[in-house]
Amino acid sequence: MEEILKNAKRVTLFAGHYGSGKTNVAVNYALMLKKAGKDVAIADLDIVNPYFRTKDSAKELEDNGIKLISSEFAGSNVDLPALPGEIYSLVDIHDRYAVFDIGGDDRGATALGRYSDSIKAENNYELLLVINKFRPLAKTPELAVEIMKEIEYAANMQFTGIVNDSNLGEETTAEDVLMSVPYAEEISKIAGIPVRFTTVTKKIYDEVKDKIDNLVEIHLQDKII
Amino acid sequence: MSEKVLMKGNEAIAEAAIKAGCRHYFGYPITPQTEVAAYMSKRMPKIGGTFLQAESEIAAINMVIGVSSTGKRVMTSSSSPGVSLKSEGISYLAGCDLPALVVNVQRGGPGLGGIQPSQSDYFQATKGGSHGDYHNIVLAPASVQEMAFLTAKGFNLADKYRMVCMILADGTMGQMMEPVAIDDIVIEEVEKPWALTGTECKRPRNIVNSLYLKPELLEKTNFERFEKYKAVEENEVMYEEYMMEDADICLVAFGITARVAKNAIVAARAKGIKAGLIRPITLWPFPKKPLLAAADKCKCFISVEMNMGQMMQDVELATRCKKPVYLCNRTGGMIPSPEEVLAAIEKADKGGAQ
Repeated sequence: MEEILKNAKRVTLFAGHYGSGKTNVAVNYALMLKKAGKDVAIADLDIVNPYFRTKDSAKELEDNGIKLISSEFAGSNVDLPALPGEIYSLVDIHDRYAVFDIGGDDRGATALGRYSDSIKAENNYELLLVINKFRPLAKTPELAVEIMKEIEYAANMQFTGIVNDSNLGEETTAEDVLMSVPYAEEISKIAGIPVRFTTVTKKIYDEVKDKIDNLVEIHLQDKII
Repeated sequence: MSEKVLMKGNEAIAEAAIKAGCRHYFGYPITPQTEVAAYMSKRMPKIGGTFLQAESEIAAINMVIGVSSTGKRVMTSSSSPGVSLKSEGISYLAGCDLPALVVNVQRGGPGLGGIQPSQSDYFQATKGGSHGDYHNIVLAPASVQEMAFLTAKGFNLADKYRMVCMILADGTMGQMMEPVAIDDIVIEEVEKPWALTGTECKRPRNIVNSLYLKPELLEKTNFERFEKYKAVEENEVMYEEYMMEDADICLVAFGITARVAKNAIVAARAKGIKAGLIRPITLWPFPKKPLLAAADKCKCFISVEMNMGQMMQDVELATRCKKPVYLCNRTGGMIPSPEEVLAAIEKADKGGAQ
């Protein structure tokens, strides 16, 4: 983990297939940067998902001194695909680390296209593809790469790495995670970008820590039900 | 062995429908249901099916009438305001005795309301909702796995009885992600001699129609249709009982509120209050018998709902008001917390005022 954080770019963006775990990974990553002593803010660029947003972790982020920039309509009773102007403060001012949670699929990534020129001009970013082998529409490496290309086209940016977030929610077993490693490696091979890290929850971290490189322990967002 | 995948409830509905043989989907996007349409738009072209985003909900339901007339499995999905728009077509489906699956992933109302979850279309779903004497079979899933299971079951029931089967979910059920295995889906094939498949000059033509010029004939048709409904009420009731063996207080809840109720029941029992749950899985036909039986054993009922107490009336009817029925509810997009339900149980235990 230290290695990953030491090499952290100023801007880290998490995008990928709908429901692959981008929000959860982004929140955990921002918390890790903060714990490593970095000044960090997180922005929610998701304009497609009505429920289960970065904003659900608002309290945890605030308690840890991480600024959250999110649509004032997120989690509310209206469905406005609007983003706050404040997001430009993370793109155009380079004084702190920024984590971006991008909406799912090409539809969600369209919002990123608006900021991609500035982010590319600064050239201190990592765009990470979050993958989950257990999502049926991305169950093969070929399908995952197809979605990846659609996202790159919509966002007008190329991915620089992969986060293997393969999971079945709270039912995930060590075997599930181990089974996902060849899947992630195949995507890496086809796409020509490295697997930056693989995520697991605390429950199974010890079981797989000697078997998977660059393993990162994450926790799941609190469930309301 | 069943292979598990991680899915949203809305996606599970779509995949289960495909596995149940549905190759025709007509819809129109509305939050929090849109993933059903989005999933269908990706999958249907790959399997030779039809995904069509209609120009409106009204157009979509009329396309459902058309496909159903040909005997093919067909579905549409929407959320509350969109289902209101589809209501006219649902009555026509009932009047033509056509099977179809209609999904309602409910949001807060009335009117445009909001996008947060709700159960306030209970009356609309279970009491007909549109014009005329008719019923829908109404299924209320309480997990992503059940979203899939009941979708497949819904197609079978719709075909068997030539009725509209409605999946009455809510935004939370549609949006939440859980591991799910979508296999073991059994397609119960039903002969459809009434379908418009072309006579090839070998049989008299079929007519699918809901217009009757003679009132005597319309009355007769309605009487016959209600004989069919009686068979559904006798044969197709589904419910779950949870900790009811020794329960003094019977909670009644469906869908997402049943999950909240279960948490509250566990907490109540830790405090020495014997609470249990009857969870209707079919909202129509409503599980009247187990509720009436519970009225002889329990001292009161609590209807836990995300509306202003719509199902509560059916609980009172089913139990013939033998015991008090209290209401524990949130509405407008709010979900009752386990603590709120626990407080309602404690109040009811003390003989609680309404």
